[in-house]
Formats: sequence, structure tokens, C-alpha cells
Amino acid sequence: MADVTLQTGTAHNSTASGALLAADGTPLKKKLRQALAVSRRRAFLLVAPLLLFILASFAIPILLLLVQGVKDDTFSSIMPETTVVLSEWDANSEPTEDMAAALVADLISARAIDRSLPTKVGTRVNREVSGAISLFKKTTRKAAKMEAPFLAELHKTDKKWKDINYWRAMKIASKTITPAYYAAAVDKKYLADGSFTDQPEDRQIYVSLFLKTILVSGGVMLACILLGFPVAYLLAHLPSRKANLLMIFVLLPFWTSLLVRTTAWIAMLQSAGVLNDLFVWVGITSDDQRFSMIYNMTGTIIAMTHILLPFMILPIYSVMKAIPPSHVRAAKSLGATNWTAFWRVYFPATIPGIGAGGLLVFILAIGYYITPALVGGQDGQLISNFIAYHMQKSLNWSLAAALGGILLVLVLILYWLYDKIVGIDNMKLG
Amino acid sequence: MKRAILLAASSGIALTGTAYAADTITVVSWGGAYTKSQVEAYHKPWMSKTGNKIVSEDYNGGLAEVKAQVEAGNVTWDIVDVELSDAIRGCDEGLLEEIDHSALPAAPDGTPATEDFIGLALHDCAVANIVWSTIYAYDGSKYNAFDRPRSMIDFFDTKKFPGKRGLRKSPKANLEMALVADGVAAADVYDVLSTSEGVDRAFAKLDSIKDDVVWWEAGAQPPQLLADGEVKMTTAYNGRIFNAMASEGKPFEIVWDGQVFDVDLWVIPKGAPNKQAALDFLAFSTDTQRLADQAAWISYGPARKSSAPLVGSYNSDPNLAMGPHMPTAPANFMNAIANGFEFWADNQDELNERFNAWLAS
Repeated sequence: MADVTLQTGTAHNSTASGALLAADGTPLKKKLRQALAVSRRRAFLLVAPLLLFILASFAIPILLLLVQGVKDDTFSSIMPETTVVLSEWDANSEPTEDMAAALVADLISARAIDRSLPTKVGTRVNREVSGAISLFKKTTRKAAKMEAPFLAELHKTDKKWKDINYWRAMKIASKTITPAYYAAAVDKKYLADGSFTDQPEDRQIYVSLFLKTILVSGGVMLACILLGFPVAYLLAHLPSRKANLLMIFVLLPFWTSLLVRTTAWIAMLQSAGVLNDLFVWVGITSDDQRFSMIYNMTGTIIAMTHILLPFMILPIYSVMKAIPPSHVRAAKSLGATNWTAFWRVYFPATIPGIGAGGLLVFILAIGYYITPALVGGQDGQLISNFIAYHMQKSLNWSLAAALGGILLVLVLILYWLYDKIVGIDNMKLG
Repeated sequence: MKRAILLAASSGIALTGTAYAADTITVVSWGGAYTKSQVEAYHKPWMSKTGNKIVSEDYNGGLAEVKAQVEAGNVTWDIVDVELSDAIRGCDEGLLEEIDHSALPAAPDGTPATEDFIGLALHDCAVANIVWSTIYAYDGSKYNAFDRPRSMIDFFDTKKFPGKRGLRKSPKANLEMALVADGVAAADVYDVLSTSEGVDRAFAKLDSIKDDVVWWEAGAQPPQLLADGEVKMTTAYNGRIFNAMASEGKPFEIVWDGQVFDVDLWVIPKGAPNKQAALDFLAFSTDTQRLADQAAWISYGPARKSSAPLVGSYNSDPNLAMGPHMPTAPANFMNAIANGFEFWADNQDELNERFNAWLAS
């Protein structure tokens, strides 16, 4: 770079058209591009290991999982013929002999490959309509001995085959790219004819859970601002010896295991716990009417606020440290009252810290999992608990992926909103 | 020359490496007092008999890890202790190896294994080792001798017996118990549950105590909830309550009426690294003597009929006969429900959804 500019600066070579030339006769623009490309390549090589690591351990697995939310080829890969026949069916007319024949043929060939394949299909169909697992098991056992007409044979095997809903469920399951899981994640049901309907009321849960998760995260964020701001102010304005001691109190819980802190709250808040014992002793409540402060929403909010508090205090503190004390003094010398000086001069300068802390706490809270699981009881559960439930218990990874996908989009929207309102450049983490 | 030596040395390392790996199996179970009973009754004798090694790992139930391992083609677990519904589901989804029942040892009197195991015990991909039960228990020191809960009806009667109740956060066992408390005979529970009116009825019964319920998830929680006084009564796995009574001296009492009994089974994940050794361990640990030995450590019943007469007393207390504490003891078995695994295989998706929605509402 440097020698290029030097040479052109002294030699003033130029072509007929007026473009600057380097000492070796190549146009200066090209030379500059080459030099830049080298430095870019070097920079890229420096970050390449990290980039590869993030791609392999983070980006690609997440993408693959998100794909599971819309792609499910369990049915179509094991039951190819049935899938073709079902795709031509309008989902309203009576099931045909062709459909029955394809079903039986697919079941027989699937069983020949692996005995568990037909029940795997049954498990998939069972997500759309209960009772499909046992129906598939039973039918598979008898399939090998069936002869045409197959529809009548199926009816004889189990009268469930007369119920058109099982055929419709198979049609839904047969779609490789399916909106069924995303629909389920917003309490809708995807129907065989391609339309959507609401889930029955006693099975609707996810929309209200998303709302609840956002509300709780917002509440925890507000509580953290209200509790964290004064602490940060104190930390920033005490003489450094005392401030350092106080800082330890803020950081100590930060370094303590999350599980330990959550369980400590159980010991504090449970009905035979420290706080309730104190209340009974002081006489605030009687022994048989102790407060329920844990295994419900109260417990979740208290524990989450405590655990996330350092994430609020630290950014605000570091921003406050950087505000020159002369600003407030100047405001006062110009006649501002204490309050005006704080509110008009000091507070606006802390906004970047509050913004950073708020965003950090909110985004951490929205994905919080272990604390609500331990202290949330029945109504303190958040959406991430249900994602975990579908990953670990129901094994419905596609629904878990759909719920996770929606959560990701929600966070991105909120991030975008934050950028619009506060501005992402206006954020300081320290 | 130098290179040849190096090569020989490294292949020697590789050889001993594989030989060592083949003799070490990873056994996964539920932890706590339960795993201890298995270590004492199965692992130690098997290791000293075969010279093989066992790495014991704990997990919290469910098939998520097995599914992840099998689908990623990187199976590290050799044999896993699972609940019945997971054994059925895992087999259905092709995550488990099929097990040849004829390879299981016969009873000492020659009865073949297929007849010696109890009804729920043998499945395509799984062999049961114990019978356990979901019961409810209370703290005996909190009630006087004449006015104690005795039946499932009492558990759901918060007027007669006020106070919080602990229940497992899952529809399983809870719906069955609710119906029993609502007057359905144990034998008819699944017939009633198969109708939508029956499901409504069970949920309505649960609804009547919903405000008083503390939900638990891990088996270690209910004894803790009882000991802390957080609940007055709680459903629990019978072995956990027994353990608190026998080894910690807690004054707990078990009510066996309306118990939902179930089995725990060994399964082998598809593609387990040491399948042969795992199968050998499976056959060894489910023979008559081993199952009877286990009962000295925890109050879960052996899954073989021939083990019952061999069940002795608690390991640290020769005066504490284990027989009466088994879920299968005649006095405890009067109004017992066998886990309807076929019902749950068909209906768990729908009922879990409904249960979760009901909880959150």
C-alpha cells in the first residue's frame, strides 16, 4: 500500500487517457485493488477457524433443526405408493380401492425392510389423529395375508378404516413439506384439504404461552431496571474501596451456579421456607395460611429477576463510570435543581447502558428454561419449557423446531424494533 | 525399521484399545437409590463373573438421548433402563434392538423365561427387571391414628383432608387415579378413558383439586416435598418413599389403594457399540437370583415369578422383610391398575397436549 502511493506520488506516471499508473506501469486502481485483496484475504484467513467452528457447531445445526419444522419425510419415504395415490385424493370423497391397495403394498414392503418402519409411520399419523399407532400395528400384522379387494379387507381388520379421518390424517402426514407443525405451534390445525382451522379450545396453548413469555420477560426486564439502576448509581459514585466491595456482592452471584441460586430460592420461598417462617413469626400471616411464593408465576419472576440482575447492573455501571462528573456540576452551576440535573443531564447519558442491559436481559429471559422448570409450577412455565418438552419427552422434534423458529423470529423482530426506536449504535456493553 | 516398530506399536495400542472397549459397557439408569440397587445386585456380580467393566451413567428418563444417538449414528450407550411406554415407543420408532427372548435363562425349576416373567415384562425390544408402582404417601406424624387417608377417594377429598397435594406433571397415572377416586373400578379404568366423556370426567376430577396441587417431575422430589411439609400427601414411586422410610427413618405411610403399577425394562439402543456384552449383561441381570437380590436394596418387585420366594430382608436391617413392601404383595394389590401401555401409545400425544393446556389455563 504505502510504496504504491509513494511511487505514484513522485513519478506522476499516467496513460494517455489520464489514469494514474504505478511504477511498474500497471494502473494505480488495479494495484490498489490487489493490495486490498491481499489484506482482506489475510483478515479472512485469521477469522476462518472461528467462522468454520461457528458454522459447524452453531449455524448449520440450527438451520437443520429449523428445516425439520417444515420438512417431514417419515411418511413419504416409507410409504411411496400411498403418498402418490393420496396426493390425487380430494380428502372428501370415500377412500378408494386404489388407496387401500397402495397402503397394503407399502406396509408389506416396509415391514420387509425393517419391522419397526410401519409403526414409525403410525407414530407420525398418530400426531394427527389418536389411535393410529395400534391401527398400523394391527394392519401390518395382517397385511401379508390380505387379498383384493383390499378396502373390504381393511374394514374387516379394523373398523377404524371406515373412519375417513384416518385417511385424512395420512394425507396430511404424506406431505414432505408441511405447514402442519408451524400451524400447530400457533394453535391451528392443518387439514387434509389444505385449509386451516383452530385447535379445539381445550388444546390451545402456544399463542397464550408466547404472549406470557414476552410479558414475563418484559416484566423481569423492568424489575431489573428498577432494581439495578440505583445499585449501578451507587457503585459508580462510591469511593473506589467501598465500590469494589459492593462490586463483589454483585459479581458473586454472577459466578455462582445457576442451579444453586435457583434452588436457594426454593429454600427461601417455599411454604415451610425462610421467608414464610419469618412472616408467621412476625405475625403477618398465620401458620395454616402461609403464602405460596414458589411453584407459580411469582416464584419464576422473583428467581429470574435475581439471576438476570447482574446483566443489567454491569452495562449501566460501565456507562455511568464514563459520564464526566463535570456535566452535572455544570448543570447545577447554571441553576438546575438536583432533580433537573439528574433527569435532564445525567439520566439521558445512561440510556445506552439501560438499553444494552434491557436488551440483554430481555433476550436472555425470553429463552429462559431451567429456572421456570424448577420453580414455575403449573402456571410459571414459559415457551422454552415446552420446546424442551417436545425435544425430550414427546419426541416431536418437528414441533419443537417450529416453536423455536417462531421464538427466533420474535427475538429478531424485537431486535429490529429496538434498533428503530433506540438505535443499535446507541448501545454500550461496557 | 524405525517406522515398522512405530507401526507395530501403534497397531498394538489400537488392538488393546478395541479389546478394552469390547469389555466395557455403558449402563444407563435413573440414579439415586435405584441405580445403587442395580450396582449391588447386577453390576458387581457380573463384573466379577465375566471380568468385564461397567460404566454407570444416570439420566432422567425419556428417549431423547437415545433418539439423538441413534439418528446421529453415534451410539455410546449400550443398555438403558426405561419405562414401559418408552420401551414401546422406542421399539415402534426403530430406535431399539430387538431381543431374542429364548436367550434368557430359565427359572431354577426349569420353567422357560417366557412363562416365568410376569405379563407386562417381555416385549420385542425390552426385558423387564422390576415392577414399580405409582402410589400416594403421606407423613404419618401429621395425622392422628384414627383419621388417616386410606383410599384414593381420600387423596382427592380436600375437604376431609385439607392441604396441598403433590402430583407428577404428566397425565399418566393421574387420569387413572382420578377415575378411581371418582368411583370407577380399577379394571374398567381404561375402558372409561377410551371415551371422550371418560377423559372429561377424569379432568373434571383433577380440576377439583387443581388449586391445591404442587407438581413434581423427578422421582426424588416427592419425598422431599413431604419431608419439607410443602405438601400433605403426594403421589410418588413406591421405592422412593420406602427408601426415605427405611434408610432415613421418615415417618411416611403408603396408601396402596388405586396404585398404578408398571415395569422398568432394559433396552439396547440400535447400533450399541458392545451389543453382545450388553445382551450378556441383560440375560445375567434378569435371572431369578439377581432380581431377588435387587429387592434387598429397594422395594421394587422382581419381574420374574420365580424370584418372589427368594426375596429376603432389607440389606441393612435383617428384621425388615421386603415382601410386604412390594407393589405385588397381595394386601397391596387389591385395587391395582396395570399401566395401559397400548392405550398410552395411542393417546399420549392428544392427552399430553390437553393436559398441558389444562395446566396452563
